[in-house]
Amino acid sequence: MNLKKGSVAAHVVMGLMAIYFLLPFWWLLVAATKNNEGLFQSASLWFSDFHLIDNLKVLFEQDNGVYVTWLRNSAFYAVVSGIGSTVISALAGYAFAKLRFPGRNALFALLLGLIMVPATALVLPTYLLMSQANMVDTIWAVILPSLLNPFGVYLLRVYVADSVPEEMLEAARIDGAGEVRVFTSVALPAMKPALVTVLLFSMVASWNNFFLPLVMLSDDQLYPLTVGLRAWYMSAIMGNSGGATFNVIVTGALIAIVPLIAAFLMLQRYWRGGLTLGSVK
Amino acid sequence: MTEVQTSPTAAPAAVGPSGGTAGTRRAARLKEAATGWLFVLPFAVLLIAFLLLPMAYAFKISLYRSTLIEGEVFAWFDNYKQAIDDPLVREGVVRVLVFGLIQTPVMIVLALVAALLIDAATSRFSRFFRLAAFVPYAVPVVIGTLMWGFLYSDSVGPFAWTGIDFTSTGTVLASLGNIVTWQWAGYNMIVLYAALQGLPRETYESARIDGASEVQIALRIKTPMIGSALVLATLFTIMGTLQFFTEPLILQPLNPGAITTHYTPNIYAYQQAFSFQQYNYSAAISFLLGAVVFVGSYIFLFATRKRSALQ
Repeated sequence: MNLKKGSVAAHVVMGLMAIYFLLPFWWLLVAATKNNEGLFQSASLWFSDFHLIDNLKVLFEQDNGVYVTWLRNSAFYAVVSGIGSTVISALAGYAFAKLRFPGRNALFALLLGLIMVPATALVLPTYLLMSQANMVDTIWAVILPSLLNPFGVYLLRVYVADSVPEEMLEAARIDGAGEVRVFTSVALPAMKPALVTVLLFSMVASWNNFFLPLVMLSDDQLYPLTVGLRAWYMSAIMGNSGGATFNVIVTGALIAIVPLIAAFLMLQRYWRGGLTLGSVK
Repeated sequence: MTEVQTSPTAAPAAVGPSGGTAGTRRAARLKEAATGWLFVLPFAVLLIAFLLLPMAYAFKISLYRSTLIEGEVFAWFDNYKQAIDDPLVREGVVRVLVFGLIQTPVMIVLALVAALLIDAATSRFSRFFRLAAFVPYAVPVVIGTLMWGFLYSDSVGPFAWTGIDFTSTGTVLASLGNIVTWQWAGYNMIVLYAALQGLPRETYESARIDGASEVQIALRIKTPMIGSALVLATLFTIMGTLQFFTEPLILQPLNPGAITTHYTPNIYAYQQAFSFQQYNYSAAISFLLGAVVFVGSYIFLFATRKRSALQ
């Protein structure tokens, strides 16, 4: 490393950019400690009277505690869709990489061909089909479509092909293990890092999902956090009385991102792994 | 089901150490094929139920017209013709194109600068910066947009002193661009950083010995070498912006006059379906948009095929 001057300049630029990226989080953290008057009347980037505990109380009691229901729904959708889609992707990814069966190449080509279909274009027709099957406004309308993860299948196929050696599988077969056992006790442990990445990404995608539940659900007891908070926000902007006030919405937004930030900080390795796995080498 | 359940007992005989007879080898192959199908079956069912079927269904209903008098009538491509001639669709398409062509390069340049900085600097602060830039990506788009909605507000936001109305007709597109940039720049930074990390260090060691500055190395050597990653990131971002939906929908109540019900093609399709029950017309718009994004993505993928993920 030469030049001290360049290094200082580089750190100044990084510092400014870090402020830009972190400013909204700082604002949210500060705002969540204020009551509604404080939110509107005090300096917006610094603390005023401390009302975080009151805000949390109101948040959890607002509309008969519906926020807790949303929190639970988001967690439930994320866990079920995350685990479900990871298991399904693992089975398919392994089969595409290691098992020979008629139609394999055709099916995989179909997967590659459809991987770029934009999800937003599918929401409306999926809604119409779901309503014909009388499944609109049920948890299945949100969970079932989220189980499909073509990119996860693709990533796991690539991963298995590269890092699960054929000899290991063959050895297990010679030892008398059936195909299911070869998969569960030999392939699965070897796939673990990629599985964690796929699980993390599909859980976060489900936690963050908005368009699909927005369209599918009208019962607010089934809403995930994203749809619920947007409903509160709309109502507050329109000035409806009796609804959640802005300080409550802000606190709700803060609580909704805490699990994500925690997961993000603890599992950094897998986040980056997911972005670089299967991207430009 | 039944054939597969027999497989654990039959498998050991099938794959004998020395290969076995033709009959047992064929049995082994059958077993493998059955297992293969059993393993891909859940995925194949989902692929059909939630991808192929909705696509086919959207295409089918987009060819019909629903009227009070006649009911459902086959109308060929009338809905598509109507969509192409619809000034509200055109306005939305032009808007997302303008948005994509301005916001995307701004964000990619920001991401590139950030990636070059964390690639060159190895301080603790640069590791902290990498996290800080990436964190917005972990936040739901809905909540990211809500936060910026508050920050833009002239009553609770920190920028009220500037006197700028961030949600006026003239400024709201730029304000939306800022939200997308904030949320996705860090993601693209990581993608570009990964490409930079994959470069052979020797190539710029010699430039450094020849007296090239770090800035020169970054701009003249590193940047061209990750050219294909840059192109891919740019094109995928443009594809994403064509589908622009959540951010404008969330900010809509702040100024419904500026963020109209036909602000982007996706918002228009959503409104047509859920406010006006025009499912057929909505399906045509969705299908058209989906087709453009789909075909566009593949053209770009093939054009940059050598370095892309889908080799």
